[in-house]
Amino acid sequence: MAETLAIAGDDAGPILQADGALDALESEAIHIFREVAGEFDRPVILFSGGKDSTLLLHLAIKAFWPAPVPFALLHVDTGHNFPEVIEFRDKVVAQHGLRLEVAAVQDWIDDGRLTERPDGTRNPLQTVPLLDSITAHKFDAVFGGGRRDEERARAKERIFSLRNAFGQWEPRRQRPELWNLYNGRHRPGEHVRVFPLSNWTELDVWHYIERENIELPAIYYAHQREVYLRDGMWLAEGPWGGPRDGETLINKTVRYRTVGDGSCTGAVESTAATIAEVIAEVAASRLTERGATRADDRMSEAAMEDRKREGYF
Amino acid sequence: MSQLLRLATAGSVDDGKSTLVGRLLYDTKSVLADTLDAVHRASADRGLSTPDLSLLVDGLRSEREQGITIDVAYRYFATPKRSFVLADTPGHVQYTRNTVTGASTAQLGVLLVDARNGVVEQTRRHAAVLALLGVPQLVLAVNKIDLVGYDEPTYRRIAKEFSAHAAELGYPESNVVTIPVSALVGDNVVDRSDKTPWYEGPTLLEHLETVPVHADAEDAPFRFPVQYVIRPRTADFPDYRGYAGQIAAGQVSVGDEVVVLPSGISTTVTGIDSPHGPKQTAESGESVTLLLANDLDIARGDLIAAAAAPPRLSDEFDATLCWLGDKPLRPGARVLVKHGARTVQALVTELRSRFDEQTLSSVDEPDSLSLNDIGRVVVRSAEPLPIDDYADSRRTGAFLVIDPADGSTLAGGLVGAPLSQLDQPELDQADPAAQDLVSPGP
Repeated sequence: MAETLAIAGDDAGPILQADGALDALESEAIHIFREVAGEFDRPVILFSGGKDSTLLLHLAIKAFWPAPVPFALLHVDTGHNFPEVIEFRDKVVAQHGLRLEVAAVQDWIDDGRLTERPDGTRNPLQTVPLLDSITAHKFDAVFGGGRRDEERARAKERIFSLRNAFGQWEPRRQRPELWNLYNGRHRPGEHVRVFPLSNWTELDVWHYIERENIELPAIYYAHQREVYLRDGMWLAEGPWGGPRDGETLINKTVRYRTVGDGSCTGAVESTAATIAEVIAEVAASRLTERGATRADDRMSEAAMEDRKREGYF
Repeated sequence: MSQLLRLATAGSVDDGKSTLVGRLLYDTKSVLADTLDAVHRASADRGLSTPDLSLLVDGLRSEREQGITIDVAYRYFATPKRSFVLADTPGHVQYTRNTVTGASTAQLGVLLVDARNGVVEQTRRHAAVLALLGVPQLVLAVNKIDLVGYDEPTYRRIAKEFSAHAAELGYPESNVVTIPVSALVGDNVVDRSDKTPWYEGPTLLEHLETVPVHADAEDAPFRFPVQYVIRPRTADFPDYRGYAGQIAAGQVSVGDEVVVLPSGISTTVTGIDSPHGPKQTAESGESVTLLLANDLDIARGDLIAAAAAPPRLSDEFDATLCWLGDKPLRPGARVLVKHGARTVQALVTELRSRFDEQTLSSVDEPDSLSLNDIGRVVVRSAEPLPIDDYADSRRTGAFLVIDPADGSTLAGGLVGAPLSQLDQPELDQADPAAQDLVSPGP
C-alpha cells in the first residue's frame, strides 16, 4: 500500500523555477507593502535576522526605493540567539539606516511578567513581549514572514490577518480576500498582521535569495559546530542549557534551515555551503522546514495552531 | 509572460475534490516526508488499506470546532514549467463566498463531477460563478472514470453537456477542456492512463502547464491605481517624485500619453522604475513606479490611465454584488467602497434583482441580499470613481463593499452586469433589448 508513495517520494522534487513566477511573487509582495504604507499609521516589520525577515526587508526596500523604508523594525529577542544572527541583524539595520526596536524576553522574565518554562524553551514566551510592544508602540500593521506552505494551520491564513485587542486571531472575523483589494480597517487597539510572503514556498524563497544575491547569516550554510542529539534533533550548546546528562557534544558539519530560539532550533546535517547547494538540498529534501527543525512545532499536531490563536507570529 | 498560474478548484467532497487536489500535490512531489508520514499514520488509524490522499488537504482541529472548513485554503505545487497557486474552495456550504474568493484571482477554474452523476446543478452554479468572476479558462475533471469502467460514451456525453453550458456562459470552445480522471488511482491527473486510449487530450497537469495564462486581453487599455507617492527628498534624490502601484491592466511605455483621474489632467510617462531598475515598458501585474513629465498633484487613490482610452468617471453605476456579509443588504444601505487604492463613502440605492442559485433564475426588486446571494444593484458614491466594466477589466471593474461600522468586508462588487446569463438561464426566453439596457458593453 504505502510502497508506491514511498518510492515516488524518494526522488528529488522539481528544482527548476520559472523566473516569471518569482517576478509575480515579488510584484505581489511589493504591492502589499505599498498598500500598508498607504493605509496604516504605524506599521512595523518583524525582523529577527532570519531568512524570511531578511527577504521581507529586501522587498520593502524595493517597494519604496529610492526613498527609505517608511517602517520601523521590531525584534522579539528570546535571548537565546545565535550570535552570528544578532551580528547580522545589527549590521543590516545600520547599513540601511533603519530604526530597530528590541523586545527582550529577558526583561519580561526579570520583572515577573513572564516565567521561565521548566524546559527552558523561550519560543512560546515571545507572544507576550510581542503583544506588549505592539500596544506600547501603537503599531497597527505588523509584517511577518509567514508563508501558507509552511504549516497546515497557515493554509487558510489571510494576507491581511485581523487581530483583536488581545492580539488574538479569530477565525470568524477573518475577511474574504478578493482580487488584490485588501481591507485593513480595524478598531483602535486592534492590529493587522500582514504576510507579504503568503504565496511563496520555501523553494521560491531560496531561488529569490539566489537571484537577488541576498546576504544571510552564515549559519544558514554548512559549518562546523559542536552539537548534541535531543529528540532526533541536533541542538547547539548555549546559554539556554544543554547538553544534559547523557547528551554528548559532537563536532558535525551542519546548517540551519530556520533561525529561532537556540534551545529548540535544530541544525540539520548538511554540506550545503552555497545558495545553489542549499537549493539542491531543499528541493531534494522530504521534510518541511518546521517539521524538521523546530521542536516547538512538534510538541503537538496543533502546536502552531494554538500559538497562532494566542497571538504568536 | 508569467509562469505563475493561479487556479481555483470547485466541487463537492463527494466528487473527490480533496483526493484530486491531494493527488496533484502528491504526484508533483510537492508533499514532503513528514506530511506524508502523518497521512500514512492517519490512514492506518482509520483502518484504510491505501493512504487517503484527501488527508493531505484535511482540516485542522479548530476548523472542525469553529467551522472554518468552509474557508478557502491555498495549496502550492510546482513543475519545471510552472508554479501553481491553487485556491481550494469547499463546495457544499457557503459556496458563493468561497468560490467568489478563490475565483477572483484565478486564471483557470477546475470543476469536478462524478462520472456516475455527470453535470449536476451544483456544477452549473459553480461554472456560473467562475464565469461571473471572469475566470478565463475552465477545466471539467470527470472524476471516478474508473467507476464507470472507463466508458468513452459516458465521458463524451458529459463533455458535450458541459461544453454547451460553458458556451451559454460565454466561454469560447478553446477555453474549455474536459478530462476523464480518477483522482483515487491517478488516471490522467499527472500521468496518462492506459485505460483511456480513446482520450487524446492532455492530462490535467499537462493542461495546467501549457494553458495560456494571459488574464487580460492583449489590447486592454493601461490602468494604474496610484498606491503611494515616493518622494525621498534625500541628498541623492532631492527632486524624485514617483507614483508607485501595480499595473491593473494593459501596458505602459516611456513616452506614453496618460491621463490622471479624477482630475483629468494629461501628461506623459517619462520613466518607469521597476524592482530591477529602470525599464522602457511594463505590463499588467508588475509593481512599478511611474515618473511623469509634469509636477502634478497626484495622491494615493488616483488612477493613471491610457489617455486614448480612459475609464469612465462615475458616481452612480450599476453593479453586481456577491454578498459575503452576515447582515443582509437592504436598499439605502450606507457602505464604504474600496476601488483600486481609493476608499469612498457610498449608498446602495437600489436592489434590482437577486440571482437565485437554486433555480438559476432571478428575482426582481428583492427586499434584501443575504449571505451568499448574488444580486444586481445601483451604487452611488460620494466621489466619482474611474471605473471600467468588470467584463472589460477585472481589476478596475472590481471593488469591495465594506461595513463602515465594524470594517468587515460585506461584498465583492463587479461593475456592470458581467453575466447577464445569471438572469436568463433559459436563453431562448431572454429579451435581448432588456440585456442591452443593463449591460451596454464597450
